[in-house]
Amino acid sequence: MNTLINGIFKRDMALAFRQRSELAQPLMFLLMVITLFPLGIGPGPVTLQKIGPGVIWIAAILASLLAMERLFRDDFWDGSLEQYMLSGQSVAAIAAVKVLVHWLVSFLPLALFSPLLALFLNLTVDMYIALMLTLVLGTPLLSLVGAIAVGLTVGLQRGGVLLALLLIPVFIPLLIFATSAVDSAALQLPYRAQLAIIGAMLMLAMASAPFAIAYALKVSQN
Amino acid sequence: MAGLAADNLTCIKRDRVLFTDLSFCLSPGQLIYLRGPNGAGKTSLLRILTGLSAPESGQLQFNDEPLDKVRDRFNQQLIYVGHKAGINGALTAMENLRFWCAQHSTDFKAQQAYEVLARLGLVGLEDVPVRMLSAGQQRRVALSRLWLKQAAYWILDEPFTALDTDGIELLETHMREHVANLGAIITTSHQPLSKQAGPFTELVLEYRL
Amino acid sequence: MWKWLHPYAKPERAYQLCVTLQPYFLWPGILCLVAGSIWGLAFAPQDYQQGDSFRIIYIHVPSAILSMSTYVAMAVAALVGTVWQWRTAFMAMIAMAPIGAVVTFIALFTGAAWGKPMWGTWWVWDARLTSELILLFLYLGVIALYGAFEDKQQAGKAAGVMALVGVVNVPIIHYSVEWWNTLHQGATISKFDKPSIAPEMLWPLLIALVGLALFIAAVTVMRMKNEIIRREYHRPWVKDLAARALGGDHAV
Repeated sequence: MNTLINGIFKRDMALAFRQRSELAQPLMFLLMVITLFPLGIGPGPVTLQKIGPGVIWIAAILASLLAMERLFRDDFWDGSLEQYMLSGQSVAAIAAVKVLVHWLVSFLPLALFSPLLALFLNLTVDMYIALMLTLVLGTPLLSLVGAIAVGLTVGLQRGGVLLALLLIPVFIPLLIFATSAVDSAALQLPYRAQLAIIGAMLMLAMASAPFAIAYALKVSQN
Repeated sequence: MAGLAADNLTCIKRDRVLFTDLSFCLSPGQLIYLRGPNGAGKTSLLRILTGLSAPESGQLQFNDEPLDKVRDRFNQQLIYVGHKAGINGALTAMENLRFWCAQHSTDFKAQQAYEVLARLGLVGLEDVPVRMLSAGQQRRVALSRLWLKQAAYWILDEPFTALDTDGIELLETHMREHVANLGAIITTSHQPLSKQAGPFTELVLEYRL
Repeated sequence: MWKWLHPYAKPERAYQLCVTLQPYFLWPGILCLVAGSIWGLAFAPQDYQQGDSFRIIYIHVPSAILSMSTYVAMAVAALVGTVWQWRTAFMAMIAMAPIGAVVTFIALFTGAAWGKPMWGTWWVWDARLTSELILLFLYLGVIALYGAFEDKQQAGKAAGVMALVGVVNVPIIHYSVEWWNTLHQGATISKFDKPSIAPEMLWPLLIALVGLALFIAAVTVMRMKNEIIRREYHRPWVKDLAARALGGDHAV
């Protein structure tokens, strides 16, 4: 446990801080994509509020696909990943820690920016609360399941678009339930059921994804 | 028989057979020099020995037990220096080594690390992001692990790449000392090992069509 | 219990099995498919509501059902390959993938075409059609991932993981899309459901279903033969096979 914290958690946090500009890019992408919608569809507040939840979640999925690539890429290409796999630590545990760091580093800035997004798309306070709850539960799910596909494609030269092709169908249920939760909030209806389902998917992912990620990394090592 | 025993290893990569039914044993106090032309399967064999790749068929045994069952124990006794250096460019040499030691359950003493890096000719470069070092210097940071972790088995893939004559001599001397202390090394190299490395056994892989 | 399957981990034995099975799948399959299609398209009674346009179910329903089954079969092959490390299992998986994708496309196309006389548009975001579309994406993902690797053994393992992730997600996707559909459109009148229909309509449907299943199996077996040859071309048994095919009879 100590080795994981000292060996992996602190290392990845240190690296994240040194690569701050690289981390900011998906966030800027998110903001810009969201800006495109009023520009493309029209700034009418009623329309924006209607499409708001969907827009934010779609943009979040696309931005996280961009951010995910760096999860194992550097470690694979410089050989650090090999060294992890020979360290005697459980690769599943190492993968889980790396995904955790990646999520912390990607999600917290998003959480800070979210009031701005709510403002841009004219969301009500109830909708905003629902949005934050879905983001808190849903973004770890994106990271965990996404990491499986990242593990498989890390050795490929141009894996970026392929990653999106593999993951978008898998993220569709999350999109459906998350946007439905925010829509329900807009109508002052309860949305505990949607959150519960997302939570259940998250539990399933937390239990099984680390092992799938470890296997995927093993396949990439060949 | 103590040591790492390979039993009838067969390796197929990209649907091409690299070697079949290869058996040998790497025992403590032995240095094996793995030779062969490019594409003969040397790197693949080393990666199979470390467990990073799986062979098509065949078994590996460590001290007469199946390697799969005692993998943790073997990994504790192993240092692998492969084609890739295994160091991150954004971190400094000291940080890289500190994190690596933490992952590999080795005590890290900064003083000792500085001494090792000094011996490898990296004085003054210990706290600089590694990407600013030359290829040879980066290689030496990677090789410094051989001085920091006490492990009996060394699996080295082209360790002499990008080293100058001083570096080569330093590494070969260290290898000879390690073998004299009952360590076991299997290594590849494009240049022949010199007398500095001490006595060694040759294992030659041929290129198959 | 499964010991009888073990010889088929070897490509040569699997190839022999494919050669043996091929005629048993192909000819009954074509027969049933032709019989079921003609019966359904020409001779089955008209639907009292939709007239003749409903006849497309004789193609749509079998292909929709089998698009799902083929994905599950692909995932089973992936599981066998992953757990027991059988190369032939991954070869079977990738043999099935494009066939499943085509069958899914047929289901989508016929489903959409059915929508034209029913709703007046060429595409509706019906729950079933949407699920089929997502299933098509899952197939394409597995195929694309397999194609991205040069080392086909590695490709098989990687595509296998995606097939397994996909199969776990298929029920989740189905449920979520159905739920989404009820949210946004209310109850959908869907004649896509297996109707409680008269035997004169049911029999051709079942025959077409069996026929398509056998046909899919036949094409899988043919593709698997090709895959085995392609991957094992340097082995002596393949060279013998080629020599015999070139020299004497062409029964390969």
